[in-house]
Amino acid sequence: MPVPPDHVLTVSLLLFGVGVLGVLTRRNAIIILMSIELMMNAANLNFVAFSRQHAHLTGQVFGVFTIAVAAGEVAVGLAIVLAVYRRFSSIHVDDVRLMKE
Amino acid sequence: MIGLLWLVPLLPFAGFVANGLLGPRVLPRKLVGPIACVAVALSFVVALGAVVGLGDLPESSGSGAGAASGLAVDHEAHRVTQTLFTWMPLGPGKDGRTVSVDWSYVLDPLSAVMLLVVTGVGLLIHLYSIGYMEHEDRSGYARFFAYLNLFMGMMLVLVLGGSLPVLFVGWEGVGLCSYLLIGFWYDRMFDEKSGMSVADAGRKAFIVNRIGDTGFILGTLLLLSALGTVQIQEVLQGVPQLSAGMATAAALLLFVGVCGKSAQIPLYVWLPDAMAGPTPVSALIHAATMVTAGVYVLARMGGLYVASPLAMTVVAVTGGLTALWAATLGTAQTDIKKVLAYSTVSQLGYMVLAAGVGAFTAGVFHLMTHAFFKALLFLGAGSVIHALSGEQDILKMGGLRKRLPWTHATFLIGTLAIAGVPPLAGFFSKDEILWAAIAGRGGSLLLWFAGVVTAGLTAFYMTRLYMLTFAGPSRLTHEAEHHLHESPAVMLLPLILLAVGSVAAGFVGVPHFLGGEAIPNFFEHWLAPVMPAVAAAEGSAPLSEWAAMFVALLASGAGIAAGYAMYRGGPRPERLTPAVRWVRAKYYVDELYDLSVIRPYRALCRFSSAWDARIVDGAVNAVGFVTDLSGEMLRLTQTGYVRNYALGFFGGTILILYYVLR
Repeated sequence: MPVPPDHVLTVSLLLFGVGVLGVLTRRNAIIILMSIELMMNAANLNFVAFSRQHAHLTGQVFGVFTIAVAAGEVAVGLAIVLAVYRRFSSIHVDDVRLMKE
Repeated sequence: MIGLLWLVPLLPFAGFVANGLLGPRVLPRKLVGPIACVAVALSFVVALGAVVGLGDLPESSGSGAGAASGLAVDHEAHRVTQTLFTWMPLGPGKDGRTVSVDWSYVLDPLSAVMLLVVTGVGLLIHLYSIGYMEHEDRSGYARFFAYLNLFMGMMLVLVLGGSLPVLFVGWEGVGLCSYLLIGFWYDRMFDEKSGMSVADAGRKAFIVNRIGDTGFILGTLLLLSALGTVQIQEVLQGVPQLSAGMATAAALLLFVGVCGKSAQIPLYVWLPDAMAGPTPVSALIHAATMVTAGVYVLARMGGLYVASPLAMTVVAVTGGLTALWAATLGTAQTDIKKVLAYSTVSQLGYMVLAAGVGAFTAGVFHLMTHAFFKALLFLGAGSVIHALSGEQDILKMGGLRKRLPWTHATFLIGTLAIAGVPPLAGFFSKDEILWAAIAGRGGSLLLWFAGVVTAGLTAFYMTRLYMLTFAGPSRLTHEAEHHLHESPAVMLLPLILLAVGSVAAGFVGVPHFLGGEAIPNFFEHWLAPVMPAVAAAEGSAPLSEWAAMFVALLASGAGIAAGYAMYRGGPRPERLTPAVRWVRAKYYVDELYDLSVIRPYRALCRFSSAWDARIVDGAVNAVGFVTDLSGEMLRLTQTGYVRNYALGFFGGTILILYYVLR
């Protein structure tokens, strides 16, 4: 029995909400990156769900595409985190507020 | 030589550039004076050649058309116009013709007279300055001669200018030089009592002149808008097209400029203070040449004035009033140069009076003779001041006759010439003016009477000046007595030459009733082609010419006698009657101007300053304050925490989505 799209969308919504909450509340840069990843995958889930509903492959292609982009994004993001760590000896985003001072 | 006319103003300019740039540092001091003199001397020679060439022009137009390039010859009017270049192309005028202002020089009998007076007297004064300024340091010495040369160049541009704007360039240029030279000793005090510095005196002259210049340029613009041209000849030809009101307005506006430059009431106040400058400057600029520029303009624009009876009346009355007014002031001054300054104002009044009754020739004639004897008197005064190491108070002089024989002799000639003693120069020119004041167009017994009283006063104050300076017992301080010396030859030579001029210059313009057939009035004949024809007053004059002359002579004689009798024994203790006090205080005119013009102006300045500081600056500051304040407020939103921005971003996205998907 196929899972109805409503259910998938609900999961996706929850996943996205967790991601947003993570980005807004956590201070560890790596956790923030992971939360961003969660939001992306929530979007991916939507793509796939709608792809199935409309019996159209474009959505699934887009999903694969997004996974590739996300890999790239994580690579850049981790590089930034590494650079931040070298500079500040910390990956706490609150410590990185040079623009404010 | 006429083709070289353009060189006449250019040579002094060259001297100015040489002395101005190289004089203070590069040139040896000994060369500075000669360079300046040679520049003027060459200018004089070229001018003389050009004037001789002008005199030799054939009466009718013959082969003159093929003259050198840029030269236009009008045989009828004895006028040579040299157009050098188009200065200001102004575009099409009302009738479609292209209006442009050419840089052109005009040589006609009138500018020829001025040319020779300016370069001739100017040359002598340059020569004199070599001696007079010998105590200046090197840079001051060079600066002085540079300014003097610049003045000569500007004055010659003024005299030769063929259109009103070119004339105005010279007009402003001489004003600038006047300012620079009055303020030459800018670090000194001029009048301890009123706290006026030499620099103040220069500024006063400049500002008062500027008021007149405004009138002049407005007059020029009015003529341009009415006639579409500013070439003087075209303007004069266009006068009949002007309405009576327009002619009067233009003439009066130009006359405002004349009042400023030629020190007429109410703008005469700068000239007495202009004596703060070195004495050769007073002689050259404030007696012989620059201040006569106004009279020259009156004569030059004579055709315009003749078209407006009202303007003529204003000119005549202003002139007569100024002559009398300044003459009374001259009687009470104790500064040798200030006596001469008021005398100059008074004599300029005569010239303006002459122009106002249509006797332009007489005015220019007096201009010429006055240039000789007043330059002589000033240079004589300078020689005295030089001999006394800077003393100018005639109460502290006396008895100089034997110690300064040459200065004394030449000064005496100047005194007699200005007093109108026949047959010296002043007699002929003054007599002609006085006769015109009664018999000219718009002449009246009143104007004549003012002139005669002025003649008497002139004789009186000049005699007083002479007696206090050269006669009587010596009142010199011991030290001044010790340093007393006759001036060097380089200063005496100009004095002697000017004295010769003061004696002889009158004979070129002997009035007809005196000279008859034997001595023709050469001057009048020479100027006849350029002077507007003015009909004499209708009916016969109330006096015969002989009687008028006799009365004037009587007045001069009485003035001399009174001056001699009163000051034979040196200065007199003076009773301070109200009249004397008023004359001493120069009729409180300076105070009146201070109250009526300067103080209100200062109040306006203070108001403007406050307005600028409070309102204008306030508005600018308010803008800055508001920007600053809003910045401060917005700053609070910039926390530097990424999550705050992310929250904003998130919220914003939701809002946009809501708006789009609603």
